[in-house]
Amino acid sequence: MNDIEHIENGSETASGGVSSISAGEGSPKMTTRNVEVYYGEKQAINGVSIDINMDNVTAFIGPSGCGKSTFLRCLNRMNDTIPIAKVTGDIELDNEDIYAPDMDVVQLRARVGMVFQKPNPFPKSIYDNIAYGPRIHGLASGKDELDHIVETSLQRAGLWGEVQDRLDDSGTALSGGQQQRLCIARAIAVDPEVILMDEPCSALDPIATAKIEELIHEIRGKYAIVIVTHNMQQAARVSQRTAFFHLGTLVEYGVTSDIFTNPTQEKTRDYITGRYG
Amino acid sequence: MNTTTLLILVIGLGLLGWVVGRAKAARLVAASSSKGSVHSLPNYHGWYVALWGVVPAILFLSIWNIVSPALITDAALTSPAAEALPKDGFTRGSILAEARSIANGDQTKAFNPLSTSMVEPYQAATSYYQTIGMVAALLLVFACGAFAWLKIKPELRARTKIERVTMMTLLLASLIAIVTTIGIFVSLIFESARFFSMVSPIDFLFGTEWNPKAVAGPRGESGFGAIPLFWGTVFIGAIIAMIVAIPLGLMSAIYLTQYAPPTFRAWMKPILEVLAGVPTVVYGYFAALTVAPALRDFAVSIGISNASSESALAAGVVMGIMIIPFVSSMADDSIAAVPSAMRDGSLAMGATKSETIKKVLIPAALPGVVGGVLLAVSRAIGETMIVVMAAGLAANMTANPFSSVTTVTTQIVQLLTGDQEFDSPKTLAAFALGLVLFIVTLLLNLIALRVVKKYREAYE
Repeated sequence: MNDIEHIENGSETASGGVSSISAGEGSPKMTTRNVEVYYGEKQAINGVSIDINMDNVTAFIGPSGCGKSTFLRCLNRMNDTIPIAKVTGDIELDNEDIYAPDMDVVQLRARVGMVFQKPNPFPKSIYDNIAYGPRIHGLASGKDELDHIVETSLQRAGLWGEVQDRLDDSGTALSGGQQQRLCIARAIAVDPEVILMDEPCSALDPIATAKIEELIHEIRGKYAIVIVTHNMQQAARVSQRTAFFHLGTLVEYGVTSDIFTNPTQEKTRDYITGRYG
Repeated sequence: MNTTTLLILVIGLGLLGWVVGRAKAARLVAASSSKGSVHSLPNYHGWYVALWGVVPAILFLSIWNIVSPALITDAALTSPAAEALPKDGFTRGSILAEARSIANGDQTKAFNPLSTSMVEPYQAATSYYQTIGMVAALLLVFACGAFAWLKIKPELRARTKIERVTMMTLLLASLIAIVTTIGIFVSLIFESARFFSMVSPIDFLFGTEWNPKAVAGPRGESGFGAIPLFWGTVFIGAIIAMIVAIPLGLMSAIYLTQYAPPTFRAWMKPILEVLAGVPTVVYGYFAALTVAPALRDFAVSIGISNASSESALAAGVVMGIMIIPFVSSMADDSIAAVPSAMRDGSLAMGATKSETIKKVLIPAALPGVVGGVLLAVSRAIGETMIVVMAAGLAANMTANPFSSVTTVTTQIVQLLTGDQEFDSPKTLAAFALGLVLFIVTLLLNLIALRVVKKYREAYE
């Protein structure tokens, strides 16, 4: 699979940081080895290796500018949209190199969906927002099937009850929390394998946040979920695995409860106890 | 001493006032016990004195320059030489005008011998009133300057007053554009009203026969039906030109915002903008000498034997090319204003670039694009040079792009060039046409600006 040594939990790396790259039991859904990202001359990510498991919600935490969002955007090649960004290292989805020349980015993004920091529904009806992905990928063979996909996606996102009578209203007319759930439903509609969430609750109020967290609980297991968050309580609540990033490096990765109660690294301890960040 | 020298003198005195005022204020500052007891900096006191000296004098001089010619003529007419002048208004006027220009040195020899006799009274009156004006202006400078200088005290708020003068100056500058627009509009309305007193507005706006030369004058005659002109304008400016400009402008905007590498964009945008700066007369040559003959040959070769060498198509296509930069830069702005989150959202769904553009970016940018197109249409229908040179003069009501049509602007040029009487309906028709054009473009601009503004608000 790769030529990088599997590093056990707690062992020291040459750079002084400690990384357990394993996601635990079972074969990982995504593996990354020695990933580096450059924005022009500036290095944003420095040698990150991490495994992402199907059954887990994986949280990326760390102070602003630590590279967690940048790293997340490598996983579905959204960094391709930034002309000066350059990614090196191995990132594999089901043992397939996603940066291989013959990898179809369009297919990849259908398999690895994404939810953004700010809800970004298209200026279309609720129905068309959900149907967008299935339509461009030809997932439905008729109107009935498309209706079915829209309904199940909205149900899974816990939004069906609120919008079933107004599917023709504009998606942008919903409240912030509803918009974000609409975006999750939109991502679910193309039946991805992995869902990446980039600070999905940072623009929402606490009640809307609680709903999103509940939703993450419900869809966990059906999709491998990676969530970037600023909110450590949120990471503790929703995730089973947590990775702590600092200045572009992965400082520590492990079982969430261990990270929060018994971190092995000084930096992790400082961050989660609120000494900086 | 002529007016220019006088003006320079007044401004020179103003500078002197600045120095004197500043010096007095500086003395006050030096003499004052505590910091800040003199309200304004010495500079402001300098400006205060200078402006008081210069502005009233210049206002007086400009009024004097308007009033004094009449006073001079009146004075000259009281001279004994004036009794020999004919009573008939026109000849009398021309003799006086001649005498005046000889007196001012603009003309050396008189056509009418009577003028010569009037030169001397004119010169005398002119120098008399000039001296009065000069002395009064200089007195005004000194009086007002001294008044201001005397007012300089520690508590004088010179700074606030200068601030107000600055504001008034800026306000005046901005009012000039507005007042000019209103002035143009009013003069158009007056001239058009004269036209409509001779030709019924209904005949003008809904008549289908345009043949202004046939009209000799009596009320109610036809020949002023402007519908063929309106049709020609719409056909060239809003239909053919837009068929060319909208797709090309939109596609180039999409390429430039979404696909072009930054270096290409950095080259291409200025080049497109240069296209907008090419004088329209150059496009006119291009349309008349290159495009029109080529199109005619093409039309003949595909079997349209009656194709005209001055075709609607040639003018429309070239006008469309001229409009491309407008459409493209407006579309560019609106596409760039669509939040990148929207684009990322679509790409993250696995949509390709062109799917994202077609299904998300363009629908989201549509209001801005529509606004840009409306502005482009308003510009196209007011465009003159290209149609004058390439579209022809025949007022045809035809949808055949290879035939010759005429536009509102072309006909305005036709009606006003050459020797014209300014009270014949034929000439006045130009103003009525201008009024219609003015109102239509004004409305288009208003709608377009409103649409664009609404669109901007949607994303801010």
